[in-house]
Amino acid sequence: MTRPFRTVLPSDALDETDRAIINALQDGFPLTPRPYDDAGAALGITGADLIARLGRLRDIGAITRFGPFFDAAEMGGAFCLCAMAVPPDQFDAVMTQVNAHPEVAHNYERTHALNMWFVLATDSPDGIDRTARAIENETGLRVMQFPKLEEYFIGFRVRA
Amino acid sequence: MTPDAPVLDLVDRRIVQATQAGLPLVEAPYAAVAADLGLTEAEVIARLGALQDRGAIRRIAVAPNHYALGMTANGMSVWDVADDRVPALGARIGALPFVTHCYRRPRALPAWPYNLFAMLHGGSRAEVEEKRAQVAAILGDACRGADILYSTRILKKTGLRLRED
Repeated sequence: MTRPFRTVLPSDALDETDRAIINALQDGFPLTPRPYDDAGAALGITGADLIARLGRLRDIGAITRFGPFFDAAEMGGAFCLCAMAVPPDQFDAVMTQVNAHPEVAHNYERTHALNMWFVLATDSPDGIDRTARAIENETGLRVMQFPKLEEYFIGFRVRA
Repeated sequence: MTPDAPVLDLVDRRIVQATQAGLPLVEAPYAAVAADLGLTEAEVIARLGALQDRGAIRRIAVAPNHYALGMTANGMSVWDVADDRVPALGARIGALPFVTHCYRRPRALPAWPYNLFAMLHGGSRAEVEEKRAQVAAILGDACRGADILYSTRILKKTGLRLRED
């Protein structure tokens, strides 16, 4: 993935319709033969316009992805948020070791003694422990696991 | 979920693999996926619908890039909330429009007393702190401690990938 995550788009990069698309299409997309036509109709645009706008929003990095969101646990796998307290002088070396695991989906540096937070996504539940132990063995640092116990509604709205 | 039954059959897995990078941006995207896999459009739609009904697909949707959209301050707010009050309060926090992800997670005592995690996004840290104060007001005396961890660097970001074996 080479999208420019840390670039802020100019305020005029999105028009009102683009914002309406981002808001509406976070909630779902039709499973119909012409879904862009159907989703576009609800937004007052044609399917062809919706396709063109989605392609542009992706190309400029306003959206990172458009498609099915899979639940790893429901598919027989697992997700787990993990954290490590990495000594600053080892940070880059540990980051390289952690990121080398394909099971590491996201990894963020954060302002805390626990300064490295990453999500493990594995296609079997025991893959979480196995990967966490492998990282502990490689780095000599403890990997703390914070699996989700309950999830509350997810939403994000841009100013429409 | 029965432990012995495969959660996804082989055809499901092929559909997942064909769409995990994104849905084709063409007039008939499910027909396009079907053509690649030697299936019919109706079968792809039916299987995606079944996966969605079972919760294996949460939804077909866009993932906004918060940072690009001006939400440059991103804080993981964490809260130590009385266990018996987490479900009701978590639902209220999760419903706030500026909270993208809200989860109950285990504590790791003594170092980590927090059991409610809420991602807060804003145009600046001051804006995030304002939102954090709104969360604190809702939690009230159910909250015994709190912290916020700002992200200072994205070290890696990829989507979920199924192994192709």
